[in-house]
Amino acid sequence: MHRSSEVKHVASYLNTRGCECFGQPCESHCPVLTDRTIHVQLKTFIKIRVKPDRTGVVTDGVKHSMNPFCEIAVEEAIKLKEKKLVKEVVAVSCGPQQVQETIRTALAMGADRGIHVEVSGKDYETLGPLQVSKIFAALAKKEQADLIILGKQAIDDDCNQTGQMIAALLDWPQGTFASEMTLEADKMKVVREVDGGLETIKIKLPAVVTADLRLNTPRYATLPNIMKAKKKKIANVKPADLGVDVCSRLEVLKVDEPPQRQAGVKVETVDDLVGKLKEAGRV
Amino acid sequence: MSMSSALLPSTLGMAVGHGVRCLSQLAELPELHQMMRQTCRDYAQKELAPIAAQLDKDHKFPAKQVKELGAMGVMAVEVPESLGGAGMDYLAYCLAVEELSRGCASTGVIVSVNNSLYLGPILKFGTEEQKKQWITPFTTGERVGCFALSEPGNGSDAGAASTLAQQEGDEWVLSGTKAWITNCWDASATVVFATTDKSLKHKGISAFLVPMPHPGLSLGKKEDKLGIRASSTANIILEDCRIPLGNMLGERGMGFNIAMQTLDSGRLGIAAQALGIAQAALDCSADYAHKRTAFGAPIGKLQAIQFKLADMALAIESARLLTWRAAMLRDAKKPFTKEAAMAKLAASEAATFVSHQAIQVLGGMGYVTDMPAERHYRDARITEIYEGTSEIQRLVIANNILKEYQQ
Repeated sequence: MHRSSEVKHVASYLNTRGCECFGQPCESHCPVLTDRTIHVQLKTFIKIRVKPDRTGVVTDGVKHSMNPFCEIAVEEAIKLKEKKLVKEVVAVSCGPQQVQETIRTALAMGADRGIHVEVSGKDYETLGPLQVSKIFAALAKKEQADLIILGKQAIDDDCNQTGQMIAALLDWPQGTFASEMTLEADKMKVVREVDGGLETIKIKLPAVVTADLRLNTPRYATLPNIMKAKKKKIANVKPADLGVDVCSRLEVLKVDEPPQRQAGVKVETVDDLVGKLKEAGRV
Repeated sequence: MSMSSALLPSTLGMAVGHGVRCLSQLAELPELHQMMRQTCRDYAQKELAPIAAQLDKDHKFPAKQVKELGAMGVMAVEVPESLGGAGMDYLAYCLAVEELSRGCASTGVIVSVNNSLYLGPILKFGTEEQKKQWITPFTTGERVGCFALSEPGNGSDAGAASTLAQQEGDEWVLSGTKAWITNCWDASATVVFATTDKSLKHKGISAFLVPMPHPGLSLGKKEDKLGIRASSTANIILEDCRIPLGNMLGERGMGFNIAMQTLDSGRLGIAAQALGIAQAALDCSADYAHKRTAFGAPIGKLQAIQFKLADMALAIESARLLTWRAAMLRDAKKPFTKEAAMAKLAASEAATFVSHQAIQVLGGMGYVTDMPAERHYRDARITEIYEGTSEIQRLVIANNILKEYQQ
């Protein structure tokens, strides 16, 4: 089978995450990222602050950037295109006007076109994996995508659900936490990083794959590609156009900061230690 | 980016009008430039900043990073795509150099010299053949070029070049010594200025393209510098160095003109480098002001520190706007000599001022290598010297002012 003519679209979902870093790399307070971030010099950024009404964190005036795992997903999609295994890479993001910047970054990396699903205001605050996966499922059908690659999870909510839900809604196979993906005829071989080690599976296309840390190292956009990105199209779509209701089934009751770390207590002997642990009900 | 129409004679009132029309462009960069700036910033943060201290310690040329920057198009920003460059404008180039210098000042100057001092004159004055031979291989980061104007006997006094070029048959024979040549130990070619007609004084200087290595061209010892140590600086010694006649750049006797025009643009690259160093020093100070406590509170609460930070930020922002304006004038093909001199002067003095104050804010920590403040201080100092000393910049500005007010 001729892969390059069959696999038409690789849609890459970009999670735009907010972080309180005012344009600087955020890695210093977000430890679960690419290997590069370990080296970033310590910089002080404003701490993540819980909103006074405790319904969430403050996101006003905060610079948003592409979720690191989604960067890896975009990179993988572009690599497949460079190997001529896929014809077109479409970058999709759901959110307010600012996500267009994130889509443009994907275009500058080499995606062919973008789709901006407009969700703003209150709807955006309550937007979660279920609604996003419904939007994505609808888009996948509309665009006749053959492969959907996403980051395994967003580093602001750490849900790790969207990819899996999309697959379920579409009744497509899924390969999550991918550290390697290879197209073999009409199947995708995915090596998954799981707690027990590495699991290799083969899934039939169309399928959903979620990217894990070691899948690849995303490229820096080259200057010529940044220039080309300007001419690439970003289509605007509303969830209603896709027949999706973004109303949330979840209500956030409250958001609190983690409890302040308490001072420890020094003890003289092991017996004292056991005694104290028993007192605290820990033993 | 389009500028307003005719540049009116810049007597005060007219200059303000012109400035106001640029303001919206200065207030926020176009999207393309913002994306480009962000890419360079990301690269500098992730790939340059973590290794800058070690590169400085080892005096090591960042070959891997230069290749990566070449792949990104940053080593040849203004070169058209047909020749292998990124095909962007000079404002984009200044943004790139500033962001990269913020991560590592040495890498900033390596990028700047290749773009402005080597590729610049060839792009402007080279024949199509010369461009293919001397530009395209130098856009990828695989090869870098350098610019040999200064001599042991003359830096600011560039017109007194004593390096000679004599025609012998179908060859030029160059002899003499060039000094303080940035990149030379890592370069694969150089633009050399030599006297072809001593009697014509500065109008008798011509420019030549010489590959490196080449018989008759040898390098002096690597200078052990105060700062920008990862970039190599040394003498280039020419003894019976023979090159084909076709290696002359531009017309005979045009050399001084080529040099001056090249330096006009080059000084914007250095202004950008100085801005990057200054910004890095400010980053370091502001960060420290939040963290360090004294007298029961973070030192950022103390007015003495606040006034310093304000002065530092003001110096940088003013110099940055001057730099952007000069770059935009150049992109609009308007005269920009005075503005470029102002930008370089303001930015380099900002860099030395800000890095000096940064050490003061950090106190003892500013004096040790554990923090980058001492490296910024050392890196900043050269920006007031090379590509036109601060004194020369003042002369250029004054000459332009006097011309404007010509009786």
